[in-house]
Amino acid sequence: MSHQDALFTYTLRQADDLLILSHRLSEWCGHGPVLEEDIALTNRALDHIGEARNLYMYAGQVEGKGRDEDALAYLRNERQFVNTKLVEQPNGDYAHTIVRSFLFDAYHLPLAEALTKSTDAQLAAIAAKAVKEAQYHVKHSSDWLIRFGDGTEESHRRAQEALDNLWTYTGDLFVMDELHQDLVKAGIAPDLTKIKAAFDATVDKVLAEATLKRPADGFMATGGRQGKHSEHLGFILAEMQYLQRAYPGAEW
Amino acid sequence: MSDNPNNWPLWEIFIQSKRGLEHKHVGSLHAADAQMAIENARDVYTRRQEGQSIWVVPAGAISSSQPDDAAMLFDPADDKTYRHPTFYTMPEGAKYI
Repeated sequence: MSHQDALFTYTLRQADDLLILSHRLSEWCGHGPVLEEDIALTNRALDHIGEARNLYMYAGQVEGKGRDEDALAYLRNERQFVNTKLVEQPNGDYAHTIVRSFLFDAYHLPLAEALTKSTDAQLAAIAAKAVKEAQYHVKHSSDWLIRFGDGTEESHRRAQEALDNLWTYTGDLFVMDELHQDLVKAGIAPDLTKIKAAFDATVDKVLAEATLKRPADGFMATGGRQGKHSEHLGFILAEMQYLQRAYPGAEW
Repeated sequence: MSDNPNNWPLWEIFIQSKRGLEHKHVGSLHAADAQMAIENARDVYTRRQEGQSIWVVPAGAISSSQPDDAAMLFDPADDKTYRHPTFYTMPEGAKYI
């Protein structure tokens, strides 16, 4: 794989995570548990999609085949998406939504911080813009997780259930295949074992405060980075891509 | 959007748009505690760069004058124009008074 191909795929991996998570969060729009939280989630969805757009634009440039952000978001199939399985998991109850975001945020913040030092100037610039947003995301999801875990018996039970259900998808965040290792050597991508250490520290600290139990690292449902997804991604794409597929090039 | 099932208390929100300016009342929202009220206020009232500082006050902590008393409280000021500093000659060159 050429350096260019590797950089393209690596950029897509990050963009796809953000786009799919953003889509999931946007599903809450108008359905939030309270008005204020509805707006908070929509804000987050917009933060994610803003960063995703920057990454897609850059990926299109790196690829050099004339694909723009829309082509990359709307005209690829399931197997061409390289997001983690974590972000495509359904919203479930609010505990599932918050835990899914928390696990992603705990990974995304140290990743963005590390990428600001990337030898790739464009990735570093995009990450620098995302860091402040990512800090707030961690705060928002941590606060809720602590409220749930250290709240009522029911909220504690639901938060623990969500954690137990989603934990198996966290492995996908830290997969370091050959492509990734090559980019680490080139100083473009960070070593994910370092990101994992930061992730672990955040998770342990917040779960302790939330009086929740960290699930054991058992079987990890990986494969997302290779385009192997859970059954949910197809439905997300069907909804997200419908308009561009039905009316190619539609604009408004 | 469901009704607020938790009966979270109401908070009045004050936003300072610039350092040095006053915190202005911008509206209210529901939150379980002060911390949540600040975060909610951030999302609800500062999305378009409206502020750089937030105050939240429990709505129940605010005491208000009664509308019925408005005449007694405020009307007597109507004919006391001498309380406005408009009867002075402005010194020449004083621009920002």
